[in-house]
Amino acid sequence: MSDQRRRTQVADVNRSLYDFTKSEEGYERYDDGLTPEIVRAISEKKDEPAWMLEMRLRALDLYHARPMAPNWGPSIAGLDLDHISTYVSPKTKQAKSWDDVPADIKDTFERLGIPEAERESLAGVGAQYDSEIVYHNMRDDVAKQGVVYTTIEDALHDPQWEPVVHEYFGTLIPPTDHKFAALHYAVWSGGSFVYVPAGVTLPYPLQSYFRLNAAGAGQFEHTLIIVEPGADLHFIEGCSAPKYYEANLHAGAVELFVKDGARLRYSTIENWSKNMYNLNTKRATIGADAKMEWVSGSFGSHVSYLYPTTIMAGDRGSCEFTGITFAGATQDLDTGCKVIMNGADTTASVSTKSISKDGGVNTFRSSVVIGRHADRARCSVSCQSLMLDDISRSDTIPAMDVRNATAQVGHEATIGRISDDTVLYLMSRGCSEAEARTLVVNGFANPVSKELPMEYAVEMNNLIKLEMEGAIG
Amino acid sequence: MASQLLNVSALSAGTEDKPILHSVDLAVGAGECHVLMGPNGAGKSTLGHVIMGDPAYRVTGGRIEFDGADVTELSADKRSLAGIFLSYQAPVEVPGVPLYSFLRTICQKRPELKTTARKFRTRVGEIADQLELDQSFLMRELNVGFSGGEKKKIEMLQLLLLQPKLAILDETDSGLDVDALGIVSRGIQAYREQVSGALIVITHNTRILERLEVDRTHVMVKGRMVAEGPAELIAQIDANGFERFERGDEQGEACAECPGCPKAGDAE
Repeated sequence: MSDQRRRTQVADVNRSLYDFTKSEEGYERYDDGLTPEIVRAISEKKDEPAWMLEMRLRALDLYHARPMAPNWGPSIAGLDLDHISTYVSPKTKQAKSWDDVPADIKDTFERLGIPEAERESLAGVGAQYDSEIVYHNMRDDVAKQGVVYTTIEDALHDPQWEPVVHEYFGTLIPPTDHKFAALHYAVWSGGSFVYVPAGVTLPYPLQSYFRLNAAGAGQFEHTLIIVEPGADLHFIEGCSAPKYYEANLHAGAVELFVKDGARLRYSTIENWSKNMYNLNTKRATIGADAKMEWVSGSFGSHVSYLYPTTIMAGDRGSCEFTGITFAGATQDLDTGCKVIMNGADTTASVSTKSISKDGGVNTFRSSVVIGRHADRARCSVSCQSLMLDDISRSDTIPAMDVRNATAQVGHEATIGRISDDTVLYLMSRGCSEAEARTLVVNGFANPVSKELPMEYAVEMNNLIKLEMEGAIG
Repeated sequence: MASQLLNVSALSAGTEDKPILHSVDLAVGAGECHVLMGPNGAGKSTLGHVIMGDPAYRVTGGRIEFDGADVTELSADKRSLAGIFLSYQAPVEVPGVPLYSFLRTICQKRPELKTTARKFRTRVGEIADQLELDQSFLMRELNVGFSGGEKKKIEMLQLLLLQPKLAILDETDSGLDVDALGIVSRGIQAYREQVSGALIVITHNTRILERLEVDRTHVMVKGRMVAEGPAELIAQIDANGFERFERGDEQGEACAECPGCPKAGDAE
């Protein structure tokens, strides 16, 4: 084939940034599988209140009672929970200074750029390594405003916050929700508790980073965020893991309570390795005049089931969901979102993009429910897919349940590929073929990346560039 | 003719299943202005695209030399960097790519055009003013939602910015109103004056040529060059149309009527 006719060869993603592992020697690792003994051991180690242990054990029963395979979505047959360790703890105490974090773990987060981002643009950082938070810190001026950013474990040991956790924990995503929610509540460990008092606006985001280092392990962190009336928070969540040949499991739960007139932006960049089963559940309930903004980028994992949900209970609430997924070889990503609109004059806007290549599979699944009382509710769903070759796949499965005659609902979906004309046009101005394709893909992702925090937008662009420029000769 | 800027010799090309160009010759000297005319479907745009290196067409014979080098096998980006520019009849929309950063990208790829961000901004601003293009366009996505006239102005903007040695204008005048046509014509003139660039103007319409000093005119019919002559040939075509060339293509004799036709006397 002549030079100009050669098509881009895209290599497997260069994940060298994430693919480094650290020894787990000396770590506390509980036996694989799931028994009441393991659940009791986790609870005992955390010295939890009795109600939490009861909740765990009840959830464990629920977990065992539910069938394993879902009858929809990507296969999770490769996930054998009898061989997943549900609790792996690095041998360290939670630190408030990076200097107190063990060198190898500190090195991990340094390489991921967390301490640097903390110095430059964050109000607080939590860093979880396997099952436990190893670092947690928040700026003093934010703490003085009454903002609490800590682990759920610490909140449970604080007489002021234990009742609050008890009141909210597991109410938005109950253990009965689905099998992996039950699993989550049985063995949860780590995560964040955030409380923003009424009227307080955080000048900078808070960020939690979740790193799963151990092979054949699960990460089950719980994030509980309460934003009181009129308050404003931007929370960033990042996740990554090195690649192993054994399956890893992520079954976190994120419960967000956004009160009347409050605003919460929840940004995620998920870049799990391609042996990860990402079965994560995220849900927000928002009050009257409140605003929920989701920004979600999913690049990693072997299989993902991820549908952040917003329940709009009050009138005039609004919700925006902006998401992008990138599925390459061996990836089957089933993502989307759910919106439940119960208040009058509520608005929701869902905009997603997906990119598939090298046989990757993307499925966009959305559910919009507009309740009987949601007079004049307005919802628009837009889903755009880009396929980079003939062997990849992209599906759109939107569901809409509208029970109010005054509601306005719109849905649009487009599936496209990079046209040869576009590539030639850009090449005729001097861009190489790989650059031309990268430009098109970046342009496609641009509406999402500009919503991301700067360092994540850069990371996303770099990921796309690495994916696209793989091995052009 | 080694001294020519562009030398297309015995070029045959087509799509996978259909030959389009048949042994086409075309020579353009540095700084010259050539006009390529012919009825619809004659292969004029195809020739432009093949010279640019569009992989949709396969070269089955002959060669393309540019600036002393054989570029027949080069990809479009390498030809672009070597100094060939093709202004599209229908410029492509590229969502999410801001025009300004795209312009910056393609300039930075050329060592001779690399410059500071500040100088670049000034330069782009000047050209935009010259083309009566509101600067707000620069922040918009490349060609997305632009009118036909605006897209052509963006093509002229790139032409003036990149300063190629050869610009092929593929029906740049089509779909333009009188005002836009005037502005685009001035853009082409500016390119001629500032860069002394060579031009191949593919057109049906003689209006865009009024302001240009044309060196040579070529007529293509059914994938063959059937006539070549001085600028005066344009007036003839304007008056009489292509009919006689079409006939001539079949009969192989009518070319004798055109002044300077290389095919005169050729038995085809």
